[in-house]
Amino acid sequence: MERIVFGTLPYDVAHLLGGAVLLLSFTLLSQRRIAATINTYALQAVVIAASSCWQAYVQHAPHLYLTGALALIAKGVVIPLALHRLVRRLRLSHGVETALGIFPTMLLGVGLVTLSIMVVLPTTVQSQALTREDLALALSVVLLGMLMMITRTSALTQVIGFMSLENGLILAAVSVEGMPLVVELSVAVLVLVAFVVFSTFFLRLRAQFDSLDTRHLDRIGSAHR
Amino acid sequence: MTEYCLPALALVMACLLALGVLAALTGPRLAYWGSLALCGTGAVAVLIYLIGGARAGSILVPFGLAGQPSVLALDGVSGFFMLLLMLAGAAATAAALDDHNRGPGTEDGTDNATAPAFPIFLGGMALTLLAGDAFALLAGFEAMSLASFALVLTHHRQPPVRAAGLLYLGMASLSALCLIAALALLSAHGASFSAMRARPPEGVRAAFVLALVLIGAGAKAGLAPLHVWLPPAHAAAPGPVSALMSGAMTKMAIYVMIRLLFDLSGPAQPIWWALPLLAMGVGSAVLGAFRANIETDVKTILACSTIENVGLVVVGLGLAMAARAADLSALAGLALGASLLHAFGHGLFKTVLFLGAGAIQHATLTRKLQRLGGLASRMPITTGCMILAAASLAGLPPSAGFASEWMLLQTVLGAVRLGGLGLQIMICVLAAGVVLAMALAASAAVRLIGVALLGRPRSAEAATAAEAGPPLRWAVLSLSCLVLMIGLFPGAVLDLAEPALRLLATGTMAERAGFMSITPTAEAPGYTAIAVLALLGLAGFAVMAVLRARAVAGHRTGPAWDCGLGAPPPWLPFGDPRLQYAGGSFAQPLRRVLGGTLLATTATLDMPPPGDPRPATYHETETDPAETALFQPTARLRTELTRFADRMQFLTVRQILTVMFGLLIGLLAFVALVEQL
Amino acid sequence: MSTLAGISAVAGVLVLLLHVALMLAAAPIVLGLAHRLKARLSGRIGPPITQRLLDLSRLLRKQPVVADGTSWVFRAAPLASLAATLAAASLVPSFALGMATAPFADLLTIAGLLALSRAAMALAAMDTGTAFGGIGASRAMMFSVFAEPAFFMVVFTLALLAGTTNLDTIATLIHSGTFGLRISMALALVATGVVMLVECGRIPVDNPAGHLELAMMHEAMVLEYSGRHLAMIELSGALRLLVWFSLIGVMFAPFGIAPRDADGASLAPWLWAVGMMAWIVKVAAMTLALAVFETTRAKMRVFRVPEMLGMALLLGLLAVIFLFVSQGFA
Repeated sequence: MERIVFGTLPYDVAHLLGGAVLLLSFTLLSQRRIAATINTYALQAVVIAASSCWQAYVQHAPHLYLTGALALIAKGVVIPLALHRLVRRLRLSHGVETALGIFPTMLLGVGLVTLSIMVVLPTTVQSQALTREDLALALSVVLLGMLMMITRTSALTQVIGFMSLENGLILAAVSVEGMPLVVELSVAVLVLVAFVVFSTFFLRLRAQFDSLDTRHLDRIGSAHR
Repeated sequence: MTEYCLPALALVMACLLALGVLAALTGPRLAYWGSLALCGTGAVAVLIYLIGGARAGSILVPFGLAGQPSVLALDGVSGFFMLLLMLAGAAATAAALDDHNRGPGTEDGTDNATAPAFPIFLGGMALTLLAGDAFALLAGFEAMSLASFALVLTHHRQPPVRAAGLLYLGMASLSALCLIAALALLSAHGASFSAMRARPPEGVRAAFVLALVLIGAGAKAGLAPLHVWLPPAHAAAPGPVSALMSGAMTKMAIYVMIRLLFDLSGPAQPIWWALPLLAMGVGSAVLGAFRANIETDVKTILACSTIENVGLVVVGLGLAMAARAADLSALAGLALGASLLHAFGHGLFKTVLFLGAGAIQHATLTRKLQRLGGLASRMPITTGCMILAAASLAGLPPSAGFASEWMLLQTVLGAVRLGGLGLQIMICVLAAGVVLAMALAASAAVRLIGVALLGRPRSAEAATAAEAGPPLRWAVLSLSCLVLMIGLFPGAVLDLAEPALRLLATGTMAERAGFMSITPTAEAPGYTAIAVLALLGLAGFAVMAVLRARAVAGHRTGPAWDCGLGAPPPWLPFGDPRLQYAGGSFAQPLRRVLGGTLLATTATLDMPPPGDPRPATYHETETDPAETALFQPTARLRTELTRFADRMQFLTVRQILTVMFGLLIGLLAFVALVEQL
Repeated sequence: MSTLAGISAVAGVLVLLLHVALMLAAAPIVLGLAHRLKARLSGRIGPPITQRLLDLSRLLRKQPVVADGTSWVFRAAPLASLAATLAAASLVPSFALGMATAPFADLLTIAGLLALSRAAMALAAMDTGTAFGGIGASRAMMFSVFAEPAFFMVVFTLALLAGTTNLDTIATLIHSGTFGLRISMALALVATGVVMLVECGRIPVDNPAGHLELAMMHEAMVLEYSGRHLAMIELSGALRLLVWFSLIGVMFAPFGIAPRDADGASLAPWLWAVGMMAWIVKVAAMTLALAVFETTRAKMRVFRVPEMLGMALLLGLLAVIFLFVSQGFA
C-alpha cells in the first residue's frame, strides 16, 4: 500500500471530497426549505459515496466500493425519495422552523469546526496528514449534524441532522486505512433502523398532535412532571 | 543645520504659549496671525530636521519641578508627529482666521473670549511632543487638555455644549490621573526619559503601566470603550478647533501611547501586550465606523469616523508590538509604518473634512444632514476638497487612506506567522473586523457627501449658501493638495517616518518603500499609487476620446423622473426636499442589519388605524454600548458610594469605633498576609 | 539578456493592449449571451447576443438628458465609474500572464478600484435627489459593507498560499500546480461566487433585467441617466461582470493561460491563442452556469442578502482556517 502524502493526487482528491462534505453540511444548516434540505442531504450522501469509492481505489480496498454503493443507493436515492414522499403525505409546511437564526447557527458552526480542528490536530500528531485532516473534517461534520439537531424544531429536519451526523462517521471510517467493512455495514443498518423508528415516530406524532414539532413532546414531559 | 531644529521648535513652542497670554490682553487677531506664522516656521524647521536624518537630541530648560530643570528632546518619532501637528495647526489657524473675519455666524459672539486658548492648545501639543521627561510631558498634555476644554466651551451659552464640555473635562481628568500614575511607575529611577529607558519596567509593574497608558492615552485618543466624550465634544467645538482636536490631538494621544509603550517600556515585553491593543482597536474601528453611518450631525459623523481611524492606527500598533515581541522586525516595521502613515494621512484629511464642515455650518447655519444638500454647485471648492478627503476616509485608490489601509491589511496578512493556531484564528477574525470597519467607513463617506453636499437643498438656508472665505478656502485647498500628494507618494511620508521606525521597531521600510511604491516584503510587488492614477487617467482619456469621436455632444436638462415627487413648494424651487433620501433613510438598511447588535437600536412605528386622524409617528433610538456597559454602571456606583458615605456620617459613636477597629484589624491581617507571601 | 527583457516588456504591453480590447469587445457580448441563454432556458427565443452592442451604439447617438438640479458630480460619475472599472479590467489577466500591468495587479487594489466605481455611482444617485436614487445607493453601500470582508477572506486564503496579494504571482503559482486541489480553494470559490453575484447585481440579489420597483439597486441608481452617460454605465456594468469572470478564472482555474517569462509576458502568439481559447471556454462555461443559476433561483428579499454574504464570509474564514491546518502553520 503506497503512502498517501500531501500534495499528491490521491491526497488532493480525498481532501477535496472531504471538504465538499463539510461544505454541504454548512449548506444543510443554511437551508430554509424542507425540500432543499432533503436534496442537500442526498447530495452529501452522493459525495460520501464518491469519497469512499475514491478511498477504495486509493487504498486498494474493494470492500469500500460496497460502502460507497450502499451510501449512494440508500442515502443518496432511497431515503431522500422516502422523505419527499413523507413530506407530501403528511402535508408538512415547506419551511424549516429554526430555534436559532440561520446566521448565528452558521457562526456557531464555524466555531465548532475550529474547535474540532484544534482538538484533532494536536492529538493525532503521529498519524498521516490525510488521516488527521479527514478526522478533523469528519468530527466537524458530526458536530454540525448535532448542531442541526438542536437548532431545528421540526422532527424531520432533526432526522436529517442525525443522518448527516452519520455521514460524518462514514467519512471518518473510510478515511482510516484498514477499517473493516463490519463497521460500515453496522452503521448503515443503524441508520436504516433509526429511519424506520423515526418514521413511525412521525406518524404517531402526526396522528396525535397534527404537527411534527417536538416541542409538543416537551409539553407532555412537563405535564407528567 | 539640524542641530538648530530642536531649539527652534522649543522657541516656537514657547512663543505659542506666550502668545496665548499676550492675546488675552490684545485680542484674538494677534493670536491667530501669530499662531499661523509660528506653525509655518515650526513646519519648516521640523521638515528640515526629518529630512536631515532626525538625529535625537535634547536640551535642558530651567523650568520644571522645584529646583530641577526640564528636558526637552526631539527624535524621529516626535519629529514625525510634530510635522503633522504643525501642518494641521497651520491649516486650522487659517480657518480660525476666516471664522474671525466673518464674524460670529450662528455663534453668540463669545469666540473672542476663548481665542487666547487657541495658541496655548497648539503650544501644549508641541510641548507634549518635545517633552524629554515626565514633568514636561504631563505639563504639555495638561495644557493641551485644559486649553481644548476652554475651546470646546466657546459657545457655552448652549446647554448641549456645556454638557459636552463637562463630560470632556471628566474624561480628561481620568486621562491625566492614569498618565500621572503610569509615569510615576515608569520613573522609579529618574523622571527623564533616558533614565526610564535604561530601566524598563518588568512583570506586574509593566502590566500596570500598560493598563494605565491604555486608559489614559486611550481615553484621549477616543479608543472604545472610552470614546463616549469624543463625538459630543467635537460637535460642540468650533470648526477649526474640532479639526485640531480630531486631526492633531488624538494623534498626540497616539504619540504618548507609542512613547510610553514602545519606547520607554522597552522592547522586551511579552506578546500578549498586543492583545488589548488589538481588541480595543478593532472594537473602536467597527463601532466608530458604524456610528458614523447612523449619526445625523455632520461633525458627529466625522468625530465617529475619527474613532474608527484611531482604532485602525491602534490595530497597527498592536500588530507592531506583537511582531516586535516575536522578533519579526520587518513585519514590525511594516505594521508601525502603516500606523504612522495612517495617523499622518488621517490627521490631514480629517482636518480638511472638519474645516469643510465648519464652512458648511457657516454657510447654512446648521450641521443637521436633513437640512443640508445641494451645496455642490454653490460651494464647489469646499465640495471638491471634501470629496477628495472623503475618498481617503473611504479608502478608495489612489487616495492617502487607501495606501495606509493597504499597508495595514498587508500587515494583517503577514501577522499569521506570529504564533500558533489560536492566534492565527484570532487574526482572521481581526482581519474580518478591520475590513468590515473599512467598508463601513466607505458607506459613511458616501452618505456624508451624498446627503450633505449633493442632491437638492433641503432647507432655504442650504439653497442660499455661499462659498467659504479666502483664508479657509486656501487652507482647505492646500491641505487637500497635500493629502492628494500623500496618496500618490506614500513612500515619501514613510521616508519621513523612517527614523521613527528604526528607533521603535528596529525594522525599516527603507528598501521596501520607494518614492513610488510600497511593498510588503523586499521582493514582492506592491502598491504603486501613481500607476493606479495613470491607469485611471488613461482609461478616462480613452473613453473621452471615443465619446468625442462617436457620441452626440452636449446635453439637455429636463425634469427628474420623480416617482411621485410633489409639486415644489414656493420656498424651494427644486422640489419637495422631504422626498429626498436624507441621513436617516440612507442609514436604514445598515441600521436594520447591524444596529441591534452594535448600538442596541430600537424603532417604534405608531400607525393609526384607518379613520383615525392622528399622524403616524416613527421613533428611533440608539445607545452606545459603552454607555450601558461602562458609564451607567459607573454612575450607579458613584450614587451608591455617595449614599454609603451619607449613611456613614450618621453612625453612632459605637458603630464608628467598630468600623475603625474593623479597618485596623483588616489592615493588620493584610500586612500579616503580605509578610507570609 | 537585456534584449530578451526588452522583448518581454514589449510583449507585456502588446498583451495588455490585446487584453483590454478583448475585454471591451467581449463584455457586452457576454451579457448578451447570458440573456440569450436565460431566455432559451425559460422557453423564449430571446434577444440576439449582439443586442448589448446595438444598445450601446444607439445610446451614443442620443443626446443625454440631465435631471434638473444635479451638479457636476452627476455628469462626471459615469466617466469615473467606467474609468475605474476599466483600470480594474486592465489589471486582471485574461489569456496571458505577465502583462505590462502585472506588477500593479494587486488584489486589494482591484477590489479598491471596483469600490471606487461603486462609490462614484452611489454619489451620482444621491445627486439626483430622487427617492429612487437614494434607495439604490443606500442598498448598494449596505451590500458592499458585507461583501468586502467576505472577499478579503478569499484574498487572505490566496495570499497565505502564495505569500503575496499580487494576482499575477498567485496565478503563476496556481498555474504551476504547486498547491494542488484544496478544500480551502473550494470554499473560497463558493465565497467568491456569492460576492460576484452581489457585486454584479445578479439574481438572487438584484434583477438585472428588471426595471423600477422590482430591481431596487443598480437600476434604481441609474434611473436618471440617458445617452452617452447611460452607455458608459452599461459598459461599466458589463465590464464588471467580465472582470469578475476573469478574476475567478485566473484565481481558481488558470488552465491554459499563457505563462509569463521572467520579465513579462512570453512573446509566443501560439500560447496566446491557446490562452484565448481557454479563456473563451471558461467565460462561456461561467456564463452558462450563471444563466442556469439565475433561471432556477428567485430574487431574494433585500435583508436576506447580508445573511448570504455573512455565510460567504464564514466560508472564507473556514477556508483560511483549513489553510492554517494543511499548510502546517499550526
